[in-house]
Amino acid sequence: MTSPLAAETLFRLGPVPISAQVVSTWVLMAALSLGGFLASRRLRPVPSAFQAFIEMVVETVDAQIRDTMRVEPTPYRAFIGSLFLFIFAANWSSLVPGVEPPTAHLETDAALAFLVFLAVIRFGVRAGGWRGYLKTFATPSPLMIPLNFIESLTRTFSLLVRLFGNVMSGVFVIGIVLSLAGLLVPIPLMALDLLTGAVQAYIFAVLAMVFIAEGLEPPASDKLGKETP
Amino acid sequence: MNWLEFASIIGAAVAVSFGAIGPALAEGRAVAAAMDAIARQPEAANAISRTLFVGLAMIETMAMYCLVIALLLLFANPLLK
Repeated sequence: MTSPLAAETLFRLGPVPISAQVVSTWVLMAALSLGGFLASRRLRPVPSAFQAFIEMVVETVDAQIRDTMRVEPTPYRAFIGSLFLFIFAANWSSLVPGVEPPTAHLETDAALAFLVFLAVIRFGVRAGGWRGYLKTFATPSPLMIPLNFIESLTRTFSLLVRLFGNVMSGVFVIGIVLSLAGLLVPIPLMALDLLTGAVQAYIFAVLAMVFIAEGLEPPASDKLGKETP
Repeated sequence: MNWLEFASIIGAAVAVSFGAIGPALAEGRAVAAAMDAIARQPEAANAISRTLFVGLAMIETMAMYCLVIALLLLFANPLLK
């Protein structure tokens, strides 16, 4: 049984070993970019079926950002949306025979979690300046500074472990059942895996939103009071 | 089979089995509370279920930590090299 922590090398690009996950990540990136390019190239007031579908996806992402972060979604749409779409596509890429989801390997998840870590800093600094961003560490009181600082590191780690654990365990269990029971038996597990993959993509995006919203400047208390009925 | 491998396998099994108990109970309580809230206030179902998902993910991470520890023991054990 191969270790889920190891990545097998597909070919070498000079001194750099390229694993199968990296190749599938590249294919996904190319497919998503090409799809986005084709979808946005010829936008019409009366949408075609494809454009209507894309508009529905974008509007759903917008609504989620508005509900979760309680801000205007425009600056965050691109990051959150592509995060969700990439993880979703990566988790469902196991539908293609022979492809293992890139998110089932530690490196891809580490890169995604690190992106969220950087995005929290970037959006926080852009919204409130360095002063405003650093001030969020001292909320609700300066006593919390060490805890908040440690939290910003551990939550990145837990983001990474959550996605990796969920996707990898699905792939692993399917492998075990396949080796024990044989063909066609793991199909219900694969269906469950698709559900888990979709939910995990959603959760990753929502948690990224929550973390980014925490890094923004603390809203005035009267604004919060007005928004909760 | 030497003692170290034996202890690693036992440790991995114990980590996963006992690590799953706490999150399972916690997730049950969380879902029950969310159901209760939705039954009382069906119009708030969207907000409740979104918060529920995020909370479940947070709880589930504890089980995932145990799983990662078990995998480290089985596949990347530094003592066995």
